[in-house]
Amino acid sequence: MSHLQAGHYQYDEIDRRFLTERVEQFRRQVERRIAGELSEAEFRPIRLMNGLYLQLHAYMLRVAVPYGVLSSAQLRQLASIGRQYDRGYGHFTTRQNLQFNWIKLVDVPAILNDLAKVDMHAIQTSGNCIRNVTTDQFAGAAADEVVDPRVYAEIIRQWSTLHPEFTFLPRKFKIAITGATTDRAAIAIHDVGIRARALGQGAVGFDIFVGGGLGRSPFLAKSLRAELPQADLLAYLEAILRIYNQYGRRDNIYKARIKILVHEVGIDALREQIDAEFERIRGPKYRLDPEIVESIRAHFASPPFEDLPAKSPAFEAALARDAVFARWAEINTVAHRQAGYAAVTISLKPPGGIPGDATSDQMDAVADLAERFSFGELRVTHEQNLVLAHVRRDDLRALWQELGKHGLDTANAGLIGDIIACPGLDYCALASARSISLAQQISARFADPEQQHLIGELKIKMSGCINACGHHHVGHIGVLGVDKHGVETYQITVGGSAADDAVLGAVVGPAVGYDEVVAKIGRLVDAYLELRAPGERFVDTVARLGVKAFREKAYGTAA
Amino acid sequence: MALLLKDGAVAEDAWVVVGDDDAAAVPEGAVIVSLDRWRRDRAALSARNTALGIRLKSSQLAAEIAADLDRFTLVVLDFPVFRDGRPFSTARELREHHGFTGEIRASGHVLPDQYQFLVRTGFNTVVVGEGANLASWRHALSEISVAYQAALSAEQPLSNLRRRLDPSGS
Ligand code: SF4
Repeated sequence: MSHLQAGHYQYDEIDRRFLTERVEQFRRQVERRIAGELSEAEFRPIRLMNGLYLQLHAYMLRVAVPYGVLSSAQLRQLASIGRQYDRGYGHFTTRQNLQFNWIKLVDVPAILNDLAKVDMHAIQTSGNCIRNVTTDQFAGAAADEVVDPRVYAEIIRQWSTLHPEFTFLPRKFKIAITGATTDRAAIAIHDVGIRARALGQGAVGFDIFVGGGLGRSPFLAKSLRAELPQADLLAYLEAILRIYNQYGRRDNIYKARIKILVHEVGIDALREQIDAEFERIRGPKYRLDPEIVESIRAHFASPPFEDLPAKSPAFEAALARDAVFARWAEINTVAHRQAGYAAVTISLKPPGGIPGDATSDQMDAVADLAERFSFGELRVTHEQNLVLAHVRRDDLRALWQELGKHGLDTANAGLIGDIIACPGLDYCALASARSISLAQQISARFADPEQQHLIGELKIKMSGCINACGHHHVGHIGVLGVDKHGVETYQITVGGSAADDAVLGAVVGPAVGYDEVVAKIGRLVDAYLELRAPGERFVDTVARLGVKAFREKAYGTAA
Repeated sequence: MALLLKDGAVAEDAWVVVGDDDAAAVPEGAVIVSLDRWRRDRAALSARNTALGIRLKSSQLAAEIAADLDRFTLVVLDFPVFRDGRPFSTARELREHHGFTGEIRASGHVLPDQYQFLVRTGFNTVVVGEGANLASWRHALSEISVAYQAALSAEQPLSNLRRRLDPSGS
């Protein structure tokens, strides 16, 4: 491939051989299943570990996008697979992955083959193993970045790939890492959350958190260890996983995540066990060699930025001239550490749209724009949007105009229309209630950009059942679908957050029916607009006044 | 009859499994007993002059036999179901933490798809059912030739975290 691939781990022959072997292995596993050598119960975890789910209506294939980073060539291939084997679109997930929702089993080996051609796969996107590591969508670009988390995300990705000891864990295991002062990776809601820090004199260290997770028993991660030296990263992760693999509960899948072990054993006792294990295994064999780190860091070198002035006259002029563009620029771009550049969020949340869906044509368009404006590289965010991380401010207006041609210029990053919703009853076999169609109604109700802007930052997160894939507990407004005697019913929470101030939301009032959710959210927003102090976001007002104030306004009762 | 696999091929199995309720008199030769039986008949079993093996359930972790490990030349780790991954850690603890150099054997419900993982966590042998497809087992050792993390099998370091696996399995 001739085009530039900045900030992207480049596969070499060894990585490609591994991928080819893995595709071949899965092809044989399918054959053995068909021949009856593998039972359905035996085949199920194998196909899950290759990202293949059986959903309500069809197979779903979840493709790994390691820590959310894609090249334009990879995105084009995804577009092509969507066209050929799905219905012309794909769905970006809260794990920074991509799902195809309408796949035929017979096509899967061919799809995996097509993915392998662009160094992609579906390994460990499901199953009781270490899942795709997630990170900050602005890694390598954000002005507040201290350590580039992609380097360590890639190291963890490699280390966890087909790990011989940790592929049959009690339950799935999710790791997130941030390296900025603002946590955009939601490390508090992961099995292991890592904050990479500069320890002085060029040394990198990690603060490790453990036991976060949502689901039926939501917990925020607790501090396990501060300032772990870089050399010990893998040994320490081995120690955590080994303790979890041995002592995590296997009698009840709802109690099998490490958060329950933390809760039942206590963080101090668990830390003692993990530290003892760590002391035993931290010898030279498991030490993370600085040369390895540097050779992987080289893959994430900065793209060839131009020397630009901090202020772009062309951009300033466009802002002054065009209020619609100015609003988009204000909402969908963030400060870049390189003068004259910005990082851009491409919203996949148009009013009335399905959160995270992109058509194959849109994917092709974004791939082209990534090449034209952002060094051929892009990211998937855990909020189900896309990011072009390195755009010249001079080019922002041209980019925005191009995005507009493909319905990708919605100015709502972080606003009320930027809803996270799980697949819910429209796709998911476990769902109690619809989630996507409600998200569509809410974003349509608040379509007016003026009004969204006025409301400011407000993160709505929706799950179609108690498994909480839509992270409703940490939504500024959370919506949880429950099945009440066969009727779709929704519990609404307020005040949650997955950021640095991570907190679980509180139930604001009695559950409501499907038809009442949108109106109820409207009343909560009205309450906020009435009650807020200057400069307060929705969550700030909830934190200051408490849930009760909102209950009184939105439910007309103090009960 | 179950078969014993070593390095991908069927191997002679000289061990006799003794049940918990079998007669107090244990047969001559190498025998495998459960942890319960070992605890109950420790004195009698220690007095014998032949090799002793011990079988652990997946919930019985390495620490349970650590103090007695020099009595055993074989540890059998049982998988009640292939999804129960605890024995992978138990094997590794026995090798890396407790320095066990005898044979570690997998028994119960294991799949060819796990063979490389077994080898890489310190297992030497696997008991498979009579109907097992031996070609699948043999093939499993060479299916993937690259690993991305340090483990216990013979392997040749490549660049970065990667290493080439030895298809012979040992
Ligand atoms: S939260 Fe429930 S309905 Fe939604 S995707 Fe997860 S399991 Fe399915």
